[in-house]
Amino acid sequence: MSSTITSPENKAGSQLRTQHDPDSQMATVHMRTDKPHTEPAEKDATAIVMEDLSSWYGSFQALKSISLNVRKNKVTAFIGPSGCGKSTLLRWINRMNDTIHSARATGNLHLGDLDLLASTTDVVDLRRKVGIVFQKPNPFPKSIFDNVAFGPRLHMKLRRNELLDIVEWSLRKAAVWDEVKDRLHAPALGLSGGQQQRLCIARTIAVGPEVLLMDEPCSALDPGSTLAIEELMNELRDQYTIVIVTHNMQQASRCSDETAFFFEGKLIEMNDTQSIFTNPANQKTEDYISGRFG
Amino acid sequence: MSKHLDRELDALRSDLISQFGLVEQMILTAVRALTERRGELCDDVISQDAQVDSNDIKFEEECLKLLALHQPVASNMRWLFTVVKVNNELERMADLACNIAERAKSIEKHPGFPVPEELNEMAAGATQMVKQALDSFIEGDEDKARAVISSDDEVDRQNRIVIEILHEKMREDPENISPAVHCFSASRHLERIADLAVNISEEVIYLVLGDIVRHQHGETITKNN
Repeated sequence: MSSTITSPENKAGSQLRTQHDPDSQMATVHMRTDKPHTEPAEKDATAIVMEDLSSWYGSFQALKSISLNVRKNKVTAFIGPSGCGKSTLLRWINRMNDTIHSARATGNLHLGDLDLLASTTDVVDLRRKVGIVFQKPNPFPKSIFDNVAFGPRLHMKLRRNELLDIVEWSLRKAAVWDEVKDRLHAPALGLSGGQQQRLCIARTIAVGPEVLLMDEPCSALDPGSTLAIEELMNELRDQYTIVIVTHNMQQASRCSDETAFFFEGKLIEMNDTQSIFTNPANQKTEDYISGRFG
Repeated sequence: MSKHLDRELDALRSDLISQFGLVEQMILTAVRALTERRGELCDDVISQDAQVDSNDIKFEEECLKLLALHQPVASNMRWLFTVVKVNNELERMADLACNIAERAKSIEKHPGFPVPEELNEMAAGATQMVKQALDSFIEGDEDKARAVISSDDEVDRQNRIVIEILHEKMREDPENISPAVHCFSASRHLERIADLAVNISEEVIYLVLGDIVRHQHGETITKNN
């Protein structure tokens, strides 16, 4: 990354803070290239706290009293067989379940001081803080540039050159800049699957989120693109808290710092990834990661 | 995938148990050749080493294949990793059994030299450790493995007694020097076999608990952590 390019975290953060203040709506965004865009992580600081979180779709209970902490600036893998609740949990973290009328949740779910389950929580602001990347790359039917610029245009008031900076920074961070820099105005849908997925990651980080949720981000990709995304996760962990849902055990073991195993809506075991994959405490975890079921 | 792996692990386990039997038998036969002065047994021991060496390579290749193709985790991974190490210790045990057989052959050329009685006791202790270490692997028995580790001090003590007796014999009569040196080496080889049994037992504790307990000097290793 070029040292002259400003990350969106500071700009997005400062801009959003000014937006909440009616007197400074039109305040100029000052470039802060002299400071690192992320404060060094406190050791073992917690990003997301869940306490006794239960969730239902109508009468079906999808999550049963989940309590866990997601550590800041770490990659946390959620694993478990289909239907175990891991994607539901991910969807509660950025409130995607709001669109499902029958979905409800009890318990506590906090991102820092922000109560993620409160009806008063500003969901648009939350989704800037908590980005999500899906299994199937889903670029907008727009140009590569417009895909990345979409979020910043929505959330921030930027000059043209500032927007260019953010787009370049995001594409570089997502390790796709070199492949697209000469065709930024070409349609995003013309990119390969792996490039589209990295573009979606660039689009997500362009608004300066704190947390990146990845729901099976590599399951539709070839091994080369998978490797690129995994390397990217490793690069990004210094600045973001990453939660990845994956069915690929090798991917969970390669990429994550901590792993949580879910089964039938319950958290069975959560530990550092090395312990989970070398010496799990629970027989069910052992059976699942060894491929005996699921 | 898991069923394929389970089948392959079962086959490897069965072959490995045959190797356990072969190496244990080589050690017992070498000890008999030494303590009962039965030189005719020595060539049997030495001739079996080629089979152990061949199995050693076969098992290692099989482990590498299973690790590469199935990428096992948790207890399957620990088991395969332990097999790689135990296999290595077995091959070295078989080499030491051959060395003991060679020494027994040399001692036989000195019919007037009495092999110390204390060597019998030490041999019984060392062979019991080997048996128990291999059993602990097969049964995944952590307690048995810890018992092997705590037996090692006794075998070391007996080794020191045998060496002291051999020194005495060498001082008594220079004619004893040559057979006593052979006997000395055989005793050292037995003591080394007991050490390898300890190594196997330490690997068994890793297999069962996932804890690496090597190089924990003193008594901590023999206690339940």
